[in-house]
Amino acid sequence: MPSPTLEAGDSLFAPRAPAIRARRRGVSLRLRARAGALVPWLLPILLLAAWQLLTQSGLVSTRILPTLSAVAKAGYKLAVSGELFEHMGISFARAMAGLVVGGIIGFALGLANGLSHASARFLDSSLQMIRNVPHLALIPLVILWFGIDESAKLFLVALGVFFPIYQNTYHGVRTVDPGLIEMGRVYGLGRRQLFWQVILPGALPSILVGLRYALGFMWLTLIVAETISASSGIGYLTMNAREFLQTDVVVLGILIYALLGKLADMATAAIERRCLAWHPAFQSKGTA
Amino acid sequence: MSQAGTVLSFPGRPPEPAPMPSGNGVEIHIRGLGKSFGDKQVLSDLDLHIRPGEFVAVVGHSGCGKSTLLRLIAGLERPSAGGIDVDSAPVAGQVASARIMFQDARLLPWRRVAQNVGIGKRGDWRAAAVAALSQVGLAERADEWPAVLSGGQRQRVALARALISHPRLLLLDEPLGSLDALTRLEMQQLLERVWREQGFTAVLVTHDVGEAVALADRIILLDGGRASLVQTIDHPRPRRRGDAALAEIEGRILARLMQRGGG
Repeated sequence: MPSPTLEAGDSLFAPRAPAIRARRRGVSLRLRARAGALVPWLLPILLLAAWQLLTQSGLVSTRILPTLSAVAKAGYKLAVSGELFEHMGISFARAMAGLVVGGIIGFALGLANGLSHASARFLDSSLQMIRNVPHLALIPLVILWFGIDESAKLFLVALGVFFPIYQNTYHGVRTVDPGLIEMGRVYGLGRRQLFWQVILPGALPSILVGLRYALGFMWLTLIVAETISASSGIGYLTMNAREFLQTDVVVLGILIYALLGKLADMATAAIERRCLAWHPAFQSKGTA
Repeated sequence: MSQAGTVLSFPGRPPEPAPMPSGNGVEIHIRGLGKSFGDKQVLSDLDLHIRPGEFVAVVGHSGCGKSTLLRLIAGLERPSAGGIDVDSAPVAGQVASARIMFQDARLLPWRRVAQNVGIGKRGDWRAAAVAALSQVGLAERADEWPAVLSGGQRQRVALARALISHPRLLLLDEPLGSLDALTRLEMQQLLERVWREQGFTAVLVTHDVGEAVALADRIILLDGGRASLVQTIDHPRPRRRGDAALAEIEGRILARLMQRGGG
C-alpha cells in the first residue's frame, strides 16, 4: 500500500464529513436560488452605479446627464407635490383606454377572420395594407382630424395596439390543430363548445404573444403622442422640463416609462403563467 | 355469401360471433362502396358485412384506403358511390353510436386528464370519467395535465374517452402505430379485454399484420380499393403470441401483401 497513513487520517473525519457536506450543500443551494433571483437585476444595478460614478466624478458633464441622485431628488420633489402621480395616472389611463379599445377590436376581427373564411377574404388583405403604414406617420392627419385632445391619443394608441393583437389572434385561431377540432366533433361538441373548449384555448398562446407585443406598441405610441401634443402625462412632463433645461426631470420621465413597461410585461407574464398552466413550457418541474 | 373482389381463402362456414354480451355492437352493411378524391380512386365497389360485436381488422399498404374506409363508416366523409348501413340505417353525417381512436391520442393539452375523458358529457361526468379511467388503469392520473403522460398512457386516456359513452362501434385508426413494441402489446391486451367486456363492434385499421392476427375475428386486406383477401381467424382467445397456426396465417397475409410490392 503506498500511503496507509493518509487513508487512516481520512477515515478519522469520514463519519462527520457527509453530514457537513449535506448541510453545506443545502445552504449553498438556497443561496444559489436567492442569487438566481437577483441575476436579472444585476445589469440594471451595475448601470445605475456606473452612471452615478461617471456623473459625480465629472467625467460626464451633468448638463448632458444629471447624476442619479439629482434624478432621485427631482423624483422625490415631484412625488411630494403630487404632480408625478397625477401625470403617471393620466398616462396610465390613456394607455389602458387605448389598449382596451384597440385590443377588443383587434381580438374581435382576428376571431372573425380566423373562424370565417368569407370574413378573412373580405377583410384581411385590406387590413394588411393598412398594417404596413407606420401608424405614427398618421400623426399629422390625426392632429388635423382630432386636434390635440384626448381622442387623438386614444386613436393612435388603439391603432398601435390593434395590429399585433389582430395578427396573432387570427394566426392563433387559424393554426389550432385540425385534428383536435375533428376529435371535438366526433366526441359530440357543438359549435359553441368547440369554440370555448378547443379553438380559444388553442389560440391563446398566440393571442398572449400578441398582447405582449401590443403593450410595447402601446407605450411607444403614447410617448410619441404625449411629447407632440399634450398638456398632461409623463410625456408632457418631460417635454415641459426640456424647455426649462431640467435634464433631471427628463431623465426621470424616461426611467418611469421603462418602469411602466417592465410592469406591463410582468403583468402579461403573470397572465401567461395562469392561462397556460397546461403548457409544458410553463409547468413546474416538480409534477412530472 | 361471396365477399368483394377476389376472395382467396374464406373457410366454408362463417364463424359464430365471439362469445360476449350480445346485442351491444352495431351491424354494418357496406354495399358497392366507392370513394375518390378528385381523379384518385381510393375505394371502389367494396362490399363488406360486419356482424354485431365482431372485431374486424383492415390491413394494407399505406394509401390503400384503410383510413378512408374508417372515416366513411364514421360518417366523417361522404361516399362517392354505394353506401353504408349501420344497424340498417344509412350513414348520413356522423354516427352517434360510434367513437374513433386516432393514431395520435388527440387529447386537449389544456384540459386535465379527467376533463379530457369527460369531453362533451353533461351531468355527473366526473364520476363516469374516473370510472372509465380506472378501466384503463389510470384513475390515479385523473388530475394531471396530458403533457406529463407517456405516449402509451395518452392512448389509454383516449381509449377511456371513447369508452365513457359506451360506444356500440369503436373505430380504431392505427391507434397503436406510434407506440413502442412492449407498450403496444399491453395496449392490445387492454383493447381485447374491454372489447370482450363491452361487446361493441370494432374495426381496427393497422399496418401491423401481427396485431391484426392477434386481435381480429376477421382480417380484410385492402388492395387497389378492393378487399383482395378476407381471412377469418377463429382461434380461441386470448391468443398466445408466437402460436404456430397464427404465425402461419400472419405469414400468408404478409406474403400476399409483399406480392403486390411497393409501399
